Amino acid sequence: MLMAGMDLTIVWAAIIGFAIMAYVVMDGFDLGIGILFPTFAVGDERDQAMNSIAPVWDGNETWLVMGGGGLFAAFPLAYSIVLPATYPLMIAMLLGLVFRGVAFEFRWREPSHRQLWDIAFSLGSFVAALAQGITLGAILQGIHVENDAYAGGWLDWLSPFSLLTGVSVVVGYALLGATWLIWKTEGSSQRHARKMALRLGVATLLALAAVSAATPFLSYDYWRRWFAMPGVVLTAQVPLLVIICSATFFWALRREFERVPFLMALALFLLGFVGLGISIYPYMVPRAVTIWEAAAPPESQSFMLAGALVIIPLILAYTGWAYWVFRGKAGIHGYH
Amino acid sequence: MLGQLDAVTLARAQFAFTVSFHFIFPAFSIGIASYLMVLEALWLKTGQGVYANLYRYWLKIFAVAFGMGVVSGLVMSYQFGTNWSVFSTKAGPVIGPLMAYEVLTAFFLEAGFLGVMLFGMSKVGKELHFFATCMVALGTLISATWIIAVNSWMQTPAGFALNAKGQFVPAGSWWPIIFTASFPFRLVHTVIAAYLTTAFVVGGVGAWHLLKDRANPGARKMFSMAMWMAAIVAPIQIFVGDAHGLNTLEHQPAKVLAMEGDYQPSPDGAPLILFGLPSNEEARVRYEVSIPHLGSLILKHDPFAPLPGLTDFPRDQWPPAHIVFWSFRVMVGLGFAMLGIGLWSLLARYRGKLYEWSWLHRASVAMGPAGFVAVLAGWVTTEVGRQPFTVYGLLRTAESHSPLAAPAVAASLLAFVLVYFSAFGAGTYYLLRLMSKPPERGESEPPGVPQRAAGITPASGVAASPAVKG
Ligand code: HDD
Ligand code: HEM
Ligand code: HEM
Repeated sequence: MLMAGMDLTIVWAAIIGFAIMAYVVMDGFDLGIGILFPTFAVGDERDQAMNSIAPVWDGNETWLVMGGGGLFAAFPLAYSIVLPATYPLMIAMLLGLVFRGVAFEFRWREPSHRQLWDIAFSLGSFVAALAQGITLGAILQGIHVENDAYAGGWLDWLSPFSLLTGVSVVVGYALLGATWLIWKTEGSSQRHARKMALRLGVATLLALAAVSAATPFLSYDYWRRWFAMPGVVLTAQVPLLVIICSATFFWALRREFERVPFLMALALFLLGFVGLGISIYPYMVPRAVTIWEAAAPPESQSFMLAGALVIIPLILAYTGWAYWVFRGKAGIHGYH
Repeated sequence: MLGQLDAVTLARAQFAFTVSFHFIFPAFSIGIASYLMVLEALWLKTGQGVYANLYRYWLKIFAVAFGMGVVSGLVMSYQFGTNWSVFSTKAGPVIGPLMAYEVLTAFFLEAGFLGVMLFGMSKVGKELHFFATCMVALGTLISATWIIAVNSWMQTPAGFALNAKGQFVPAGSWWPIIFTASFPFRLVHTVIAAYLTTAFVVGGVGAWHLLKDRANPGARKMFSMAMWMAAIVAPIQIFVGDAHGLNTLEHQPAKVLAMEGDYQPSPDGAPLILFGLPSNEEARVRYEVSIPHLGSLILKHDPFAPLPGLTDFPRDQWPPAHIVFWSFRVMVGLGFAMLGIGLWSLLARYRGKLYEWSWLHRASVAMGPAGFVAVLAGWVTTEVGRQPFTVYGLLRTAESHSPLAAPAVAASLLAFVLVYFSAFGAGTYYLLRLMSKPPERGESEPPGVPQRAAGITPASGVAASPAVKG
């Protein structure tokens, strides 16, 4: 076959990784705007923030469906272990996304209810982000698996470490949101976003440092992965790049650049993501199930791959087009 | 074991609740997306303002309903893993790829062009805008196709093998997995159902405004369009439903026997039980009212053809007959009521009184929500009739659920109920409010919806677009 000689499982792990990454950066900034929403003045500032994401949020969220659906299809075992293990988190995330998703339309429908839907929007965004962050921590710290099934209780995910990752993701998303608004707004909204971005930039770096410091203590495997020779030659590049990106970020913020802060925030997320990949590989559920053990049979993976290779570029093309249509500053009175 | 039993029941209740809510929205958005496409096409072709007005009128309603469809659908894609993890591990290699294709070919398409459809008229010009509308409508249909393929595989599984871990895996070609025996029937029946649902909503809204002002051009146009749909499509749906039933009799006979309430075999022709109270415990229908031989006439197209009974099947394979018996009758009853409205409108049209007969309008208003009820009744018939299996005949529901404690599932079920009723309840209220406004000439946004003011008005869109076009 066409796919012979290629490790399909690795390819699919990369595709899922890409989908999750795409989700994190794209829905990250619109969840972030939700998290920051209460700090924006009622009226023009909020409307502008909302307008900057209204045409694209649905597409952004679809990457979450892709991540979940892709996992279900390509790694059914991982899907059926992780979701029951993080059950309350998943439900909370979904309910948060329900509230915030409907708020986009509902807040315009009745001025006297707007306050209420603005609260639903930011609370929903906050809960979803927190739940995603805690889930990350829960996966990193390990899941109790027996006979290919989740074998723990329903609150196993709760720990100081997972709470730390939860808060970190909230802070990081808020940073993405603030820098997106620097790019897409002007006037008082933009000034406000800049102020927030500075504080959130500092907070994100602290969070990144705390999580990086704590991870190696979770298990010796992580420790060895990061600090043993010769791997350390490679892994050391990650912190180095983090430092370069952060410096650029603060510099660009000072110089009042509009786009660079967002791009640097994205770069920081990307590096964090690469770091996670380094920690976890080759596991899907750390220290319990490897990507090969979790994989669907090659017939399933190759059937999907044929489509994915053609369709994902197409998706990226028309998504890019949609962003391009709504380029420029988001107004309060229509897109200019 | 009682605790475990409870977790299954709760998981079923949760799935039934969330998926029923979800399907209410697609049933409407599949139809309304196509309707918007038709309206915009007519506007582009004829240049008549009434189409543009109707487009804008229904676009706002579509936006609200679509948002609710998206978030409730997102919940569904995670429900398989949270509540049915054993099912997911086992069936994932077969149905997972179909759902992944749904995301790739349908959800991204819808979501990618939705922004342009809702906000982009002044940005892209009308041809490109029309293209975006078409892509959204196409996306809804592609979505229905894949998810119905998944469901149909669970109803009439084919094309698979079992591997050492007990997983269903593709046996070779994907063709038999996608095109299972029940797939074409279910797909056609469901898509037509979505169109009918929409037609009755549009017709109900049109009729409501006709009752207040017979001269409103928008109300006249939408009522007339909806009544054409009802008159043409309702009979087709009944025909397709009949074919669907015959097909099910062939592949899932116990389901059809439960729908009909046929417990005992009828060697020389089954009656049609009109009403009664089926009881699995007593293996008979209490207070039965029936017409002899009509059952065989419908199911076999021969009044004397023999039919088996549920008692021919092991008892642990009986679906809960009292539910499907009634849900089926609700659906069929509404199907004929829809046909009735369609015929009535033809008569009114023939007499030139389509916009005058206020009893027709009142009946149409009353039938406005009928499609939703019929669609849910139909799905309840399908899904409950499949019990006690998730993968028909192969994997039992009681063996499909996640290793979760009952309190966890109970708590999440409660949370879903509260959130859905408050969020979607508010949404329904906004939808009804939008519908209660008559369609007007210069359909304008309420104050405080800034981004639409320039975006959505086709007329101003055309005027504003040349600079950006291309
Ligand atoms: C507007 C909605 C609507 C209307 C008027 C009807 N149906 Fe229906 N029916 C559906 C909407 C629907 C549905 C929601 O689309 C279902 C659920 C799953 C499916 O395949 O279609 C369904 C299922 C369904 C099934 C179950 C098939 C199975 O589970 O294998 C049968 C036998 C029928 N229908 C038959 C009919 C007949 C004989 C009708 C004529 C009066 C009818 N339906 C009207
Ligand atoms: C959208 C319309 C649908 C409705 C209203 C609906 C309704 C229901 C109901 C009422 C049940 C509970 C049956 C019982 O436990 O007695 C159920 C179960 C289920 N349905 Fe559906 N269903 C729909 C579509 C689907 C689709 C498209 C799929 C597959 C992709 C699906 C998969 C399932 C599964 C996995 C269960 C749980 C296991 C079970 O109890 O059978 N359903 N559904
Ligand atoms: C259990 C089964 C189902 C699952 C897991 C599911 C999943 C989803 C998801 C994740 C979305 C959101 C897509 C987005 O982000 O844009 C969605 C929306 C949608 N679904 Fe479902 N779905 C199910 C049942 C159905 C059925 C039975 C139909 C139709 C026959 C359907 C048709 C649609 C359509 C047309 C949309 C987009 C329009 C809208 O939001 O109303 N779905 N679904």
